[in-house]
Amino acid sequence: MDFLPTEDQEALRAGVREICTDQFPREKLGELAAVGTGFDPALWSTLTELGVFGLRLPEDEGGLGLGLGDAVLVFEELGRALVPGPLVGTLLAAGLPGIEVGAPVGIFDLSAEEPGRTLLIEHPDVIKHLVVLDGDEARIVDASELSTSPIKVLIDPLTPLGKIASLPTGTVIEGGATRWRQEGAVLTAALETGIAMAAVEIATQYAKEREQFGKPIGAFQAVKHMCADMHVRAQIASVAVHAAAVTLDFPSDGADPIRAVSSAKILADEAAAQNAKTSVQVHGGMGFTWEVVVHYYLKRAWVHATQFGDVDAHADALAGVL
Amino acid sequence: MDLRYSPAELEFRNELRGWLADVLPTIGPKPHVDDWTGRRVYDTAWQRTLFDAGYAGINWPKEYGGRGATPTEHLIFLEESERVDAPYVGVNFVGLLHAGPTLIAEASPEVQEAHLSAILRGDEVWCQGFSEPGSGSDLASLRCKAVRDGDDYVVTGQKIWTSHSEVADYCELLVRTDPDAPKHKGITWLAMDMKSPGITIRPLRTIIGSTEFAEMFLDEVRIPVSSRVGEENDGWRVTNVTLSFERGTAFVGDVVDAIEFVGHLSTLAKKITRHGATAWDDRALRREIAHIAAELEGLWALTKRNISEAQRTGRVGFGGSIFKLRYSEVRQHLADVAAQLLGRASLSMDDLDDLPNSLYAEERLQWLNLSIAAGTSQIQRNIIGERVLGLPRER
Repeated sequence: MDFLPTEDQEALRAGVREICTDQFPREKLGELAAVGTGFDPALWSTLTELGVFGLRLPEDEGGLGLGLGDAVLVFEELGRALVPGPLVGTLLAAGLPGIEVGAPVGIFDLSAEEPGRTLLIEHPDVIKHLVVLDGDEARIVDASELSTSPIKVLIDPLTPLGKIASLPTGTVIEGGATRWRQEGAVLTAALETGIAMAAVEIATQYAKEREQFGKPIGAFQAVKHMCADMHVRAQIASVAVHAAAVTLDFPSDGADPIRAVSSAKILADEAAAQNAKTSVQVHGGMGFTWEVVVHYYLKRAWVHATQFGDVDAHADALAGVL
Repeated sequence: MDLRYSPAELEFRNELRGWLADVLPTIGPKPHVDDWTGRRVYDTAWQRTLFDAGYAGINWPKEYGGRGATPTEHLIFLEESERVDAPYVGVNFVGLLHAGPTLIAEASPEVQEAHLSAILRGDEVWCQGFSEPGSGSDLASLRCKAVRDGDDYVVTGQKIWTSHSEVADYCELLVRTDPDAPKHKGITWLAMDMKSPGITIRPLRTIIGSTEFAEMFLDEVRIPVSSRVGEENDGWRVTNVTLSFERGTAFVGDVVDAIEFVGHLSTLAKKITRHGATAWDDRALRREIAHIAAELEGLWALTKRNISEAQRTGRVGFGGSIFKLRYSEVRQHLADVAAQLLGRASLSMDDLDDLPNSLYAEERLQWLNLSIAAGTSQIQRNIIGERVLGLPRER
């Protein structure tokens, strides 16, 4: 057993972090929000060229031949930088016949919807395909067949939503829906973990600089301990996500995938939302403004919390195997 | 990043499993918690059994009589032992996990010779004399006074939380040898023979009602200078060296036990009725239990991460603080949920209606110690805030 990332994995993680720092610095969040888009085409192309979306494809199919254990390290970095776009669907759809690697793909779980409620899909103007999960079945729909009307005022300005009245039937994808749900939950949890880590970094940085009563507020235990709790939440969520990923990579190991995946999603959802909220609190009045970046993190955490099973759904799934 | 065990690790596990299955039916029932003589006999007999089978000092280096196992093997040892409810270190705790490793790192060959093998065989029990009534979180402020007199130190003062002192042969003792130096620079580490004249032990009754630890009063106790470990006034460094022996394995048995506890609790919830339905029919309670299970999955993964780090780098870093903070909260929460399930039966230490209420009630009190012992949760948060996140110190 060696549960530390390998040297190659560390290099992969560092590489993605560097790209994100260079091409998607935090100021970009405000710039994209100002023009009302949730997509950065240049960054998306770079990620595609780097092999991010095809990383699990075999090398003879142009991929990197890597596993979900590698993918979650990459997705933590994408979450940390708050890269917008349909990241999870695009990675999971790579390798499907007729789909270009890197072409934006959304995922919509029809079974998670309550009857009679408005259906909302993410990134309606960007996705080329939509994978629909319906009971045990996964189907793929060409996005040009979707008729959507946009939500005009969004909570997360970088995750556009479209209302859809009905879904085209689409073409059945072999292999069923479980794989999409489990891997989708783990990758989304990795994005959440990245958000949780970024929230600690941003709050800690502020707590070192902001002075009140003659010293940095981070010197006060009331603030310091909030930051410490944030770090604990982020770290535990992260190792749980890593464990879930390698459990899905090596299913013969005897570990229960439901237990691993649902635990990861629960811990990561809670870490992201809790840390982003705490980060708002550490920023005091400024945290309540659009001026500092923490609100983007909180809002994205709330988006991810609704994807691939919310905390209650995963608690029910987990209780089912206890 | 791989959670799979190597063939050698699987082989180690299989062999251990077979041995435990053979040996456990031959040992007697655990003595009562207040039967200190019985506890010493039971725990040291188990230590001898481990020694004879080559499992004593599992993580101690081979040249000092240990097995020299890898951190992962140590994890497997603790996991398998817990799963079959084998005895844990008990009264051998300080000797095996604290004093022994300190002697290995810092003591002279003569002192090592005198103690290490005896600890491994279960012939020698140690206790710890670190904390004082006035020195808890701020341990380095300790005042227990040692004055040099010829070849002896003459020690006078008071210690507290000295677990197992009723039955200990030796005590790892921190004393103040230079009252004028800065507080970290005037401390010395001594191995005190518990048969020395001038030692008085007063058991402390814990919140559970039992006598898990004691106060120790020292009145001009003479300790030979040859029993000193490290230089005079260098005891603070000597003490901290011990921490570098920690390989992330400290709570392996606890996590395994907590995960099993969740399983038992779920089984009980499916049986027991509450407000007109089984407790498990209560969705809120079911989800609360599932949340605890998720937390423990995270802590089990963190344990493996910490152990992997120790295996690769020889150190755990601050993963231990992260673990302890969350584990304390989760374990206390778990005990509260168990009590909620039992209702008024949780108030009785006598078993009722085939319920595990005495066990659950005891655990509910027992785990209050987790957020206090070995660095309170507040101290852990300071450590993470200051040393990991780099936030400024308050004082």
